[in-house]
Amino acid sequence: MFGAGGGTSSYQEAEETDFVLLWGSNAREAHPIYFHHVLKALKSGAKMHAVDPRRTASAKFADAWLGIDVGTDIALANALAREIIAAGLHDKQFIEHSTSGFNEFAAHVETYTLNYASSITGVPAKAIQDLAHSYANAPTAQILWTLGITEHHNGVDNVLSLCNLALLTGHVGRWGSGLVPLRGQNNVQGGGDMGALPNKLPGFQDLTDNTARQKFSDTYGVELNPHPGLHLTLMFEAMASGSLKGLYVIGENPADSEADVSHTRNLLADLELLVVQDIFLTKTAELADVVLPATVGWAESEGTVTSSERRVQRVRAAVEAPAGTRDDHAIIGAVAQLLGAKWTAETPEALWDELRSLSPMHSGMSYERLEGGSGLQWPCTDLDHPGTPFLHGWLWEDDLGGRERAPFSLTDHEGPKEQLTDEFPIRLTTGRVLDSYNTGVQSRGYNSPIRSGDRLEISHLDATSLNLLQGELVRVSSRRGSVEMEVDIKADQVAGLAFTTFHFPELIDLNLLTNDEWDPKSGTAEFKAAAIRIDKLTSGVGHV
Amino acid sequence: MSDLKYTAASPDSDERAAVDNFVNDPPVKHQGERWVISGLSRTRETRHLLLPGLHLLQNVKGWISPGGLNYLAEMLQVPAAEAYGVASFYDLFQLEEPEDGPLYHVCVDPVCAIGGSASYIEELRANGQRVHESPCLGQCERPPASFVQIKGEENQDLTAATNDGPKFDANDANRLLRRFGRHTPTDLASYKEQGGYEALTLAIDLGGTRVIEMLSESGLTGRGGAAFPTGVKWQSVANHQSAPKYVVANADESEPGTFKDRMILENDPFALIEAMTIAGLSTGCEKGWIYIRGEYTTAADRLTSAISEAYSAQLLGTAVAGSAATFDLEIRQGAGAYICGEETSLFNSIEGFRGEPRSKPPYPTDSGLFGQPTIVNNPETFLNVLEILNYGVEQYRSAGTPDSPGTKLFCLSGDIARPGLYEGQFGITLRELLSNAGGVDGDLQTVLLGGAAGTFVSPQLLDLPLTFEDTKAHDLTLGSGAVMVFSTKVKVADVLVRLAQFFRDESCGQCVPCRIGTVRQHEALLQIGVGKPKNDNVLLLEDIATVMTDASICGLGQTAASAVRSAISLGLLDEQRT
Repeated sequence: MFGAGGGTSSYQEAEETDFVLLWGSNAREAHPIYFHHVLKALKSGAKMHAVDPRRTASAKFADAWLGIDVGTDIALANALAREIIAAGLHDKQFIEHSTSGFNEFAAHVETYTLNYASSITGVPAKAIQDLAHSYANAPTAQILWTLGITEHHNGVDNVLSLCNLALLTGHVGRWGSGLVPLRGQNNVQGGGDMGALPNKLPGFQDLTDNTARQKFSDTYGVELNPHPGLHLTLMFEAMASGSLKGLYVIGENPADSEADVSHTRNLLADLELLVVQDIFLTKTAELADVVLPATVGWAESEGTVTSSERRVQRVRAAVEAPAGTRDDHAIIGAVAQLLGAKWTAETPEALWDELRSLSPMHSGMSYERLEGGSGLQWPCTDLDHPGTPFLHGWLWEDDLGGRERAPFSLTDHEGPKEQLTDEFPIRLTTGRVLDSYNTGVQSRGYNSPIRSGDRLEISHLDATSLNLLQGELVRVSSRRGSVEMEVDIKADQVAGLAFTTFHFPELIDLNLLTNDEWDPKSGTAEFKAAAIRIDKLTSGVGHV
Repeated sequence: MSDLKYTAASPDSDERAAVDNFVNDPPVKHQGERWVISGLSRTRETRHLLLPGLHLLQNVKGWISPGGLNYLAEMLQVPAAEAYGVASFYDLFQLEEPEDGPLYHVCVDPVCAIGGSASYIEELRANGQRVHESPCLGQCERPPASFVQIKGEENQDLTAATNDGPKFDANDANRLLRRFGRHTPTDLASYKEQGGYEALTLAIDLGGTRVIEMLSESGLTGRGGAAFPTGVKWQSVANHQSAPKYVVANADESEPGTFKDRMILENDPFALIEAMTIAGLSTGCEKGWIYIRGEYTTAADRLTSAISEAYSAQLLGTAVAGSAATFDLEIRQGAGAYICGEETSLFNSIEGFRGEPRSKPPYPTDSGLFGQPTIVNNPETFLNVLEILNYGVEQYRSAGTPDSPGTKLFCLSGDIARPGLYEGQFGITLRELLSNAGGVDGDLQTVLLGGAAGTFVSPQLLDLPLTFEDTKAHDLTLGSGAVMVFSTKVKVADVLVRLAQFFRDESCGQCVPCRIGTVRQHEALLQIGVGKPKNDNVLLLEDIATVMTDASICGLGQTAASAVRSAISLGLLDEQRT
């Protein structure tokens, strides 16, 4: 099925592709290891276009940067599609054979002319046209994206719009061509694969699929609830309405990381029971009734991780864990035993073999095979299966094997939920920098020569009109709260756009400002687009 | 890239204006606020502007300020820290604000030492001038050599102004030097009156294949020191189908005691341009580069003017001399680094990197400048090409020996009556050369043949024919053709200390045997100089020599001990002569 939860391509393909479309991602800073693969491609002559509201460190490597307005990605994608169709650069044979809904799609994007998209995105029509032709004409091309696409109230539609471009040009299901969402941690992919989603069982099997569910019920010796649970954002709504009274948090720090964070903290504090399982005493853990100290996954415990290219790899304990900690699976297993479940697997390998018996796409990955070489990429359905370097190769086969053809999706530009107003005239977007990691739980303990704390990056034009000096402390307010921050004036920042990180929540509670409007299809909040106001502090002293 | 910082300093308005004016097509092009065109390929295409950009900053303020460096690096999309690494590689770039006033570079190498550099420096310092004691400036026929850097102005060659004019042997038997002194060097019409550009016309008629055949038949070998067959070199580049390919003239003449290329560039610039054009047309290279050492300001000026005249006459550019071919020529000036005379260092220097040698293979003919097939030859070698085309292979081979055909330029300097540039057939003896130059000034002690990287020759070998085969048989080298004459007045131990210091200063530091070996060699010679036990230090010198020769990747390390080794074996350290 087109649309399964994994990047379609191998890292190696990023090195060998002809064209990289980096969209809503500052991979140079946020995914530096992955970006090395991209750099290899660029060094051997691949072209890259970057779409991002900011000319990021990554965009500086690009042959062209398109500085779109925050939240106008769909308008750009649809205009690219229209231009590709209008110029006759779409892959008609591939569309005919392997996709569905093209005619409706072509009619739908007809209104997204270059000039119309230019007026919405702020990007010159010529730049859009140039990108459309470069992408469509490239022998192979990859679209890479991260949170700049997904952290919007319509993040799923953003992703679907990018998928449309790949279907239109046949840039998927072939070596070097694909759709690649970059993951934030070494094992985000593994978490999803293991069923850490409200409506999925391990191996992306549907919870509502009776046959699949029965397999698990038989193995665990209990009936499973067939109704999908809540995703994170809905959980907070359920907390707010009082229907959710207890929360078991594993390796997350919502008290710092959620949008509109003061609201989140109140909800967490009001729970009847909050259990936190983590390696550090995070801000969330400080609010907890019970804290379960866990071992460090990548250093102190045995098991596997799964990377963005769906590659399952063995990890081994390198150091002994501190006394009093236990592996995550051991803690969860012990809790399950106490609750009466028949969970017999005691070692990581036994647990893995249990997964292989339940998840067809992992069946062929024995520990023995994983120990040698560099792991295996799912799907890997039996012990002779070599693994799958890229997904959706079937789209190019003469016989689609009874699969549904890949559908085009109709999406429309909406723009950010929170409109700019006279009161809140500046668009705030958030992101990461190289030497810090998310809420800083894991990175704040280390010094870095290039770290300067969370500062508000603004255009020199805005700095002039607000009469601000470099390093001046200002008050930054959104509809939800306000914080004091230092400004960092950037010569190449687009006017009207402000950017900051959220790595230092102890110093600056940035997520007080962000918008928790969320996407009903993914449950992800609109971190990337808030409306703010910057006020000069009368007592503030500027220093350079 | 741009997140690697040097400092946060900004340029002043002069620096900004100079750089803006210089980088007229920067790799980053802002097409309005929301569309920027840049990328690695554009960055790669402009990186070679770093070296001339650094020259520009140095000239604008008399030093390269952090702000200026940052701005240049930003405009060229070179990480500022890397640009600093390049700037600090070269002797002629100052990275700290100097005192006011011009900076005099005065040569203190052996020949200029004989020629009175010490008293000249004393005089300058007594007048309150700033002096930098420089390695050889390639003006050995009229010591002491000096040149000066002045804030806001081009560098100036002082030697010609304060000492005699250039000295060469204007002789009817001359071939390579046939036009010297007989035409106006920068006047194209005057060059043509002397038969200029007839070789190019002939080469176009004959076609590249025949031209290269003629080079092979002539037996011409490279005159930079390595004596590689020129025909083979050109043929391997011609065989590569990939474009672009390059022709490079290595005029980074820095070998102490050598000044022939300076003479060629100053007195016959069109000859080099014509020969390089022939190389380009014959082998399918559309672009040529001339890398001149930074101290050769007169040569650079004359060559620049000659190139622009050649462009006006459609002897460069598109449709060269009525043919369908294109050939462009660009000058790069070095900035005071002997190592950049090593061909792969020279490529790195042109490309805007530190001038450190690359490993070979791949050889330049396969992967040279910008990683493309490249012909790199010495100006003297290029001039031989004109001779072969103009007068034919047979006539060319009528001079010299079967294994060393043709003529050779020799740079005579030191204790000699008429120092200067001399042309002789291969097979001429040292005795004849010295006699042509009016004889030794005093009693001959020894001759250093081939420059600092060469070998000392005992007076017993004065009748040795100077050919590649004969010198090789005696473990000598013709090298660059430097002939430095030392009478018994000179203390060879002092000369050795100076040569050792030269190599210590000029080692690029990339490989360990040379980085440490050149320092230890200098220290051991200093020890001997202050009367420390000689045998131990001689043993140490021999060990160092073996390690450097065997284990350095480039010619600098491989030859840094050769003069010392030969001096020891000749017993020149044994007794102190007076």
